[in-house]
Amino acid sequence: MPLIELRGVEYAYPLDGGGQVAALRGIDLTIERGEFVSIVGPNGSGKSTLARHLNGLLLPTAGQVCVDGLLTSEPHNLWAVRQRVGMVFQNPDNQIVASTVEEDVAFGPENAALPPDEIRRRVDEALATVGLIGYRSSPPQMLSGGQRQLLAIAGLLATRPACLIFDEPASMLDSINRRLVVEAIQRLNAEGLTIVLITQTMEEAAAARRALVMHQGRIMLDGSPAQIFEQGDQLREWGLDLPTAVEIAHRLRSMGWRLPPDLLTIDQLARALC
Amino acid sequence: MLIRVEHLGHTYIPGTPLARSALRGVNLEIGPGERVGLVGRTGSGKSTLVQHIAGLLTPTEGQVLLDGVPAHERTAAGRAVRRRLGLAFQNPEEQIFEQTVLREVAFGPRNLGLSQSEIVARARWAMEMVGLDASMASRSPFMLSGGEMRRVALASILAMRPETLILDEPTAGLDPRGRRELIARVCAWQVETGATLILISHDLEGLARVVERVVVLDCGQVAADGLARQVLSDDARLSAAGLDVPQPVMLLRALRNSGWGVRTDLLLPEEAIEEIVHARRGAIPVRTDKETA
Repeated sequence: MPLIELRGVEYAYPLDGGGQVAALRGIDLTIERGEFVSIVGPNGSGKSTLARHLNGLLLPTAGQVCVDGLLTSEPHNLWAVRQRVGMVFQNPDNQIVASTVEEDVAFGPENAALPPDEIRRRVDEALATVGLIGYRSSPPQMLSGGQRQLLAIAGLLATRPACLIFDEPASMLDSINRRLVVEAIQRLNAEGLTIVLITQTMEEAAAARRALVMHQGRIMLDGSPAQIFEQGDQLREWGLDLPTAVEIAHRLRSMGWRLPPDLLTIDQLARALC
Repeated sequence: MLIRVEHLGHTYIPGTPLARSALRGVNLEIGPGERVGLVGRTGSGKSTLVQHIAGLLTPTEGQVLLDGVPAHERTAAGRAVRRRLGLAFQNPEEQIFEQTVLREVAFGPRNLGLSQSEIVARARWAMEMVGLDASMASRSPFMLSGGEMRRVALASILAMRPETLILDEPTAGLDPRGRRELIARVCAWQVETGATLILISHDLEGLARVVERVVVLDCGQVAADGLARQVLSDDARLSAAGLDVPQPVMLLRALRNSGWGVRTDLLLPEEAIEEIVHARRGAIPVRTDKETA
């Protein structure tokens, strides 16, 4: 059984003056356990709407979403669905609730009414995983933006989800904090966690093993990042671009340079050129 | 507008164990019509600095003068000079509150006591400036996507016709085309009006296309101030301030370290490509896929 399965999902937002706007149209998508999927697409293409269907924050107006075999449209399934699929939002400050780092991470397990030593174990483990164990007694506002995002991630890890969904987790961060968050995501995936990463930064999308491109509520492309980036002209038409390394490699190739395929990063490109 | 930042210091919650110094001894002069990029890691004091320039905070040390008037001054002169300056915050949804896009954009001009037709004309001009379709005018700003909300927030500031525009991360959350378009529109607006533009951004490559001058903040102090090309290609200085150089610079530096005779102060992909082609002209690498694998 796949971890997440969407069949014929449609979603329409109601408009104030009556009528509605279609945000998702006929989405069929299967995400297996352990996958790392990135979702890119222009603003308004339905990425965030899709993400909010993956743990029942939104329910489809047609079609169905199954998480670990549980239909999100059944109200009694929602608790179990959200235990399996956690969501990290753009602004970490919106999901930090406590006055110290470890209390914040303990919030989820406490609400699950776990015994104190189990809570302690999970908090330590989650903080160690994201590298914040040294900050356990710090107030969250003393952390950098990237560290606060890591704290939000730790808070979810302590609830032991099977999948984490990241909705543009690094868009408010500088390049180094951004790298911190993306590296943490890669590490979590290597440890078996299923990851869905929504991003506007093509360099981040390239970190995933599978990338989806959305446009006007539909999934238009589904493949490895290298396969997706071969459709450069198509991506540009949809308002997207290529990672800088891929763009430079494309243009050099078009001038007759022979370069290996699948160059996704500046490091890889530099090595190929030298 | 001449902006002078003199020995500016700011401490949050002073006199408590949580006191945190956000700015220390900042000196800066920004002349009329300049386009300046302000960069620095998260928490380096960028947002605090521009809030001082906009007169929203009272300095704990030093001062900010706008055409000679202290920016935070609670006098008629202070209010008048602040009105000539517009600041767009990071989270547009926090400054949006009206029922329709048009009303939202028209809010500022309406408070200037302009005629109804002038208010609407300004609002429509500002919407066009940021690329919001006229058909959006009657929609609720809260039903828009993040990128559209950002444009609404920017339009509502442009409608005030500021002489100085400060944008705090204007393109975060926008898709690549949205980013390019917004920046192109802001540039066109700046050229048309000759306004001063101060841009905070983590996207150094995007910034390199817009500003001539870059100021780097690190731990509340000015760590570098100079031509964009020099400052943004200075690997040692940027990494000391917790930033990465733009990717084209990264590539050129890697090539140079392997013995290529390339310049490393080219910030844009197209410049880097030209330099690479130039350096290898007549010596196109003929390595095959197999050999590099």
